[in-house]
Amino acid sequence: MPVNEEVFGKVKEALIDALGVEDDEVTDEATMVGDLGAESIDFLDIVFKLEKAFDISIPRDELFPDDILTNAEYISDGKVTPEGLEKLKERMPFADFTKFETNPLIQDFGNLLTVKDLCKYVELKIS
Amino acid sequence: MRWFWIDRFTELVSGKSAVAVKNVSLSEEVVDDYAPGRTFFPSSLIVEGLAQTGGLLVGQMSDFNDRVVLAKISKCKFHREAYPGDTLTYRVKIDNQEGIGAMVQGTSHIGDELQCEIELMFASLDDERFENVELFEPAQFCRMIRTLRLFEVGVDTDGNPVKVPAHMVAAEKALLKLG
Repeated sequence: MPVNEEVFGKVKEALIDALGVEDDEVTDEATMVGDLGAESIDFLDIVFKLEKAFDISIPRDELFPDDILTNAEYISDGKVTPEGLEKLKERMPFADFTKFETNPLIQDFGNLLTVKDLCKYVELKIS
Repeated sequence: MRWFWIDRFTELVSGKSAVAVKNVSLSEEVVDDYAPGRTFFPSSLIVEGLAQTGGLLVGQMSDFNDRVVLAKISKCKFHREAYPGDTLTYRVKIDNQEGIGAMVQGTSHIGDELQCEIELMFASLDDERFENVELFEPAQFCRMIRTLRLFEVGVDTDGNPVKVPAHMVAAEKALLKLG
């Protein structure tokens, strides 16, 4: 599904503002943590900026489901269990889990979310 | 160590906005020690003053129970330096907030002139990761806030005075061995 240009533009602006990255670094496929260097506190900044830019409300656990990732029921040996993966997919229909689910290490979860996922999330919220 | 970088609050509306002033004086060592030969008030301490104004505004929302820390300076732009004799007026307002953090917009003016614009992000330390971490001893913290005259000017959105939180009054009494 192609990303809505208007949504992408505003998301890009929020990311440039929040992360101090260059315009050309914010591509569809760029990952928030690995490519754009987002740290945990930046995610709150990004949430605030997206809420303002799109006039939406973003519940804390919707975009970054910490509650699932810290729940012992869904974690085993540092990996997300199949049940946990199902929960994550349910909560994050906008994210692409194809790569992550081949080896679902919790430590790699932060690197799952891409700019495109963020745009898809916003599109879901405003539709 | 003294770490007051505002002189006093002049306004505070709970959960919304606050105004504080900072008088720059040559009697402060930082004014002529920071860059020998030039006297000006260091910009970093203007950021600190704005953060103290904004941080206490955010902290007041939870009656100073939340452990509020400055997490990020999202934007900051200085338009001029501040010199001995200048009065800096810091205005902050809460732009967005939820349980774990708040975004605050702030300005510093000298008279009518815009001196600095800032966007600050505050976070509350969570109990899970920061168990038993105390930023301030409650009675000392209360004395600090009283010193800044926050309770003298603070009001809620209906205009009623902001009260000194009961847990702080109890801590002060315990310190002074009263009642």
